[in-house]
Amino acid sequence: MSAKIITITSGKGGVGKTTAVANIAVALASDGKKVCCIDGDIGLRNLDVVMGLENRIVYDLVDVIEGRCRLRQAMIRDKRLPELYLIPAAQTRDKSAVSPSDMVRLCDELRPEVDWVLIDSPAGIERGFRNAIAAADEVLVITNPEVSAVRDADRVVGLLEAEEKGAPNLIINRLNPSMVKNHDMLSAEDVLDLLAIPLIGIVPEDESVIVGANRGTPIALDGKSKAGQAFRNIALRLQGQQVPFLDLDAHDGLWARLQRLTGRK
Amino acid sequence: MDKQNDALQIKGLRDGLLIALGPGEWKDLQNALLHRIEAQQPFFQGARVALDVGPHALRVNELSALRDRLSEHGITLWAVVSESATTEKTAQLLGLATRISKPRPQEAQPYTSEAADKEAALFIGRTLRSGTRVEFPGHVFVFGDVNPGAEIVAEGNVFVWGRARGMIHAGSKGNTQAVIGALDLSPIQLRIADQVSATLQPQQNPRPELASLSEEGKLQAIPWQPT
Repeated sequence: MSAKIITITSGKGGVGKTTAVANIAVALASDGKKVCCIDGDIGLRNLDVVMGLENRIVYDLVDVIEGRCRLRQAMIRDKRLPELYLIPAAQTRDKSAVSPSDMVRLCDELRPEVDWVLIDSPAGIERGFRNAIAAADEVLVITNPEVSAVRDADRVVGLLEAEEKGAPNLIINRLNPSMVKNHDMLSAEDVLDLLAIPLIGIVPEDESVIVGANRGTPIALDGKSKAGQAFRNIALRLQGQQVPFLDLDAHDGLWARLQRLTGRK
Repeated sequence: MDKQNDALQIKGLRDGLLIALGPGEWKDLQNALLHRIEAQQPFFQGARVALDVGPHALRVNELSALRDRLSEHGITLWAVVSESATTEKTAQLLGLATRISKPRPQEAQPYTSEAADKEAALFIGRTLRSGTRVEFPGHVFVFGDVNPGAEIVAEGNVFVWGRARGMIHAGSKGNTQAVIGALDLSPIQLRIADQVSATLQPQQNPRPELASLSEEGKLQAIPWQPT
């Protein structure tokens, strides 16, 4: 096995990086893939909570890097999906405990063990961000349809281009179709128009995402949720499948507009 | 030891350290620098460092590797000064400063014809994203968009073959004849010489426009008309 290493980042905080990592990881693992998540947000760890694995943490990322445990010992196995693992962040340290080259070494060690490595980046564009992208084969930039989040995403895309990481793919999170319809929210087209990078998924606003995160049960496990479906579709697209975008608003034909936008029609 | 000192000169600045690298192979210089830092770890810990690399032409991977190595030692690299245009461009791409101190605000100098001879233009063949700043002593031409949060400061004219949505300053040294043209001119802020205009509203159906100073010295944007 040789894992593909994906980093999810955004620049701005609170747009859904951690939620996206948890859900895409769950979706990939449900497809029978072996997945390891790494929480790159040292000092402000959340991914363990969102995945419901907080009470199982013994060793963390910094323990592995500083040689206090073996890689295997820090990989917490998920309680629902046996092929899903988490390497949690250290809560009592800060970003400077890890360097970009440490992350590259760690991921190289992880590569033969799993199919996918998903790295959750902290907010910002400083050390933690650079740690998170150092080892990435591919980067997903996540943003909300808000002017400030899109501005930060644009900055991150520019930095990724400067680091010669190639064009990242875009996830638009928390889109509210009825607000878009009333011109109270940026549409997916508006966001794509500015960022001009390939789109890999649109996740609709959904209250159950928050409930799932609080309970430690990622929404992608729920077959009925639209947001969960959107995350599962992103996982399929990562695996190279062509999946049509969700029709978020049956009346207004967002899908038809998107088709026009992506030039498929 | 002496050899190393020749290769590196360290000076204190008001807001950090300036390390000047002497002549020699880039690899040796980088090693000498890291060696020195390891030897004097406590001194460098937490320092803000500006690097003067002289004529060395550095590419993105070289400079970002050095920045990462420095940050492993707790050192923040904030500026890179160089005589090489390649290095300056690289530093700008990585979001590093290329000048150590801001030039003192100059007293409004009358615009001279000597400066008008600077007919050189900088061609930028990509979209400028948020956080990018381009400064140039001549004209600037962008083949792409200028996104919100990006800045262009040119002593001459600025043309954007695309959407201009960031901050654009033409005639930055006082040339009141400077113009700004774009296919869609809806920037956050526009400046010509010392005149500043606030946001021009994005248009429903964008059309090419040219901004200039009117005879009264006010900023005006005039749509392009085929004649």
